[in-house]
Amino acid sequence: MPEQLLWAAEAMMNGLMAGVLYALVALGFVLIFKASGVFNYAQGVMALFAALTLVGIMDGQVPFAHLINAVFGTEIHHFGWHVPAILAIFLTGVVMVGLAIFIERFVLRHLVNQPDIILFMATIGLAYFMEGVGDLMWGSEIKTLDVGLPQGISETIDEATYNWFGYGFFIDRLDIVATIIAALLVASLTIFSQYSKQGRALRAVADDHQAALSVGISLRFIWVLVWSIAGFVALVAGMMWGAKSGVQFSLSLIALKALPVLMLGGFTSIPGAIVGGLIIGVGEKLFEFSIGPLVGGATENWFAYVLALVFLVFRPQGLFGEKIIERV
Amino acid sequence: MSAQAEEYVTEDGRKIGGVMMEMKNITLRFGGVVAIKDISFDIREGEIRAIIGPNGAGKSSMLNVISGFYNPQEGDVIFRGKKRPQMRPYKVAQQGIARTFQNIALFEGMSVLDNVMTGRLTHMKTGMFGQAMWWGKAQDEEVYNREKVEEIIDFLEIQAIRKTPVGRLPYGLKKRVELARALAAEPKLLLLDEPMAGMNVEEKEDMSRFILDVNDEFGTTIALIEHDMGVVMDLSDRVVVMDYGKKIGDGTPDEVRSNQEVIDAYLGVAHD
Ligand SMILES: Nc1ncnc2c1ncn2[C@@H]1O[C@H](COP(=O)(O)OP(=O)(O)OP(=O)(O)O)[C@@H](O)[C@H]1O
Ligand SMILES: [Mg+2]
Repeated sequence: MPEQLLWAAEAMMNGLMAGVLYALVALGFVLIFKASGVFNYAQGVMALFAALTLVGIMDGQVPFAHLINAVFGTEIHHFGWHVPAILAIFLTGVVMVGLAIFIERFVLRHLVNQPDIILFMATIGLAYFMEGVGDLMWGSEIKTLDVGLPQGISETIDEATYNWFGYGFFIDRLDIVATIIAALLVASLTIFSQYSKQGRALRAVADDHQAALSVGISLRFIWVLVWSIAGFVALVAGMMWGAKSGVQFSLSLIALKALPVLMLGGFTSIPGAIVGGLIIGVGEKLFEFSIGPLVGGATENWFAYVLALVFLVFRPQGLFGEKIIERV
Repeated sequence: MSAQAEEYVTEDGRKIGGVMMEMKNITLRFGGVVAIKDISFDIREGEIRAIIGPNGAGKSSMLNVISGFYNPQEGDVIFRGKKRPQMRPYKVAQQGIARTFQNIALFEGMSVLDNVMTGRLTHMKTGMFGQAMWWGKAQDEEVYNREKVEEIIDFLEIQAIRKTPVGRLPYGLKKRVELARALAAEPKLLLLDEPMAGMNVEEKEDMSRFILDVNDEFGTTIALIEHDMGVVMDLSDRVVVMDYGKKIGDGTPDEVRSNQEVIDAYLGVAHD
């Protein structure tokens, strides 16, 4: 097999795996957008907050240590224990549900029937609020997150591909695990929303609030549920990204990766988020591989946006959206 | 109370029971607008109760109070002998009160079948975690609910459009699907806000027949708002007449028809 093709195949595999993660982040947006019509600006910060909380719990950090020390003149920082990863992940999940309840109680509930732009502004406020609270709770220094996921290049794949093709694929083991976990999560979310009672209720709320109320669905419960799921998705995304590049502010920027995915897949389509994520992931890597060298590289920073823009011109409703024709 | 508790059988053999729902001195205001002024009336088990009145009289508002969409500033809602606290609409639905809307509120993106299926939500017991763990039980429940839904689809003669997305249906059929969804909840009390508005004569006849059949076969108590006087007189056991938020008449169709105030306010203007 020609070498070029093999390199392209390797780039594509890496692209697919990045794509699943993009799809996951995009799914967080889609779920909230469908159920409450809000574009959740805070989605990225939620991932950061989840990762910070996870590290904090695992390392036995005292939350709000700075504040406590400043007020009481104490010098406490750590509880002095270490929490196992599994338990810490579970506890972080609980915190994210708590956050969802908080958001419903103190923000969403008071903004029912307000124009979408108001809700959008509220999520901007929420993003900065959470960023601040995250700093205050856990400190703002860069942290490493080690939940025991395998790291480094997978030698098995390297060897196997070398034996088959005479060229070893370099594939990060963390990427493989992340892909599997993200794929499982995407699949279970899809099944949940299609077949469970709550999933049906969720789709109903997404379609028509009044009608949903009239068949006995509690909007507040659905909102808490959806924001919890989004929090959970943020936790998984934050965990994967955090394990890869450390837990720091830039983690919240993964949300920016989801934007072109949403433009491509449409804001309301679950399959759109999945397929869109994969297209962007693969497209980005292949483009960098083939055109990158000609234009000096670093195309990954902008390629997704350009692709999404070009796409928007031809299909403004997204991949799976229905064409909207204004009634006149 | 005692006079109202007596039961009787109608000419066509349907049994009308005691008071199911009692509205007591309801007043509802929107800022300066008084949509309902100190109105009291009741709905009995098994009857078809009509609410009529000119545009803006406050009929829909009354239905919205019953279904929990509006909370009155004054007055009590008494359901099956118990005073109901302020209740949100989804709770009211869970108590067995289903409704349709004057401006149709369906899940436009879902198929007819899925729409009607949402009507069963109040009957689905297995929760999220139950569904994950007791797959078998959850499936039995799903099958049972599906059967119920199919029965209703047959009953309302909408088999042919089961899989059609609701957004594509013509107005008359949408109204029917909305009724199907409400019926799927097997409600004790069914609230219909102008179920025949905007329909042609034939569709109106169908809908009238369905309403009578629902009441007759399932024994469902029905409160409905309707502008077509002929339909109201044919369908209903008793009629409440509203005008400018006030109650100006209450009784059998014949009684209401001969009430001078009603004739002045409504019948005289709108009819013949
Ligand atoms: N949500 C609301 N906010 C403000 N005013 C309202 C609201 N709902 C109803 N009203 C007002 O209350 C009054 C009664 O309205 P309602 O819709 O109950 O009348 P209706 O008898 O159903 O009329 P129609 O036959 O036109 O449906 C009207 O003046 C209406 O403008
Ligand atoms: Mg009305």
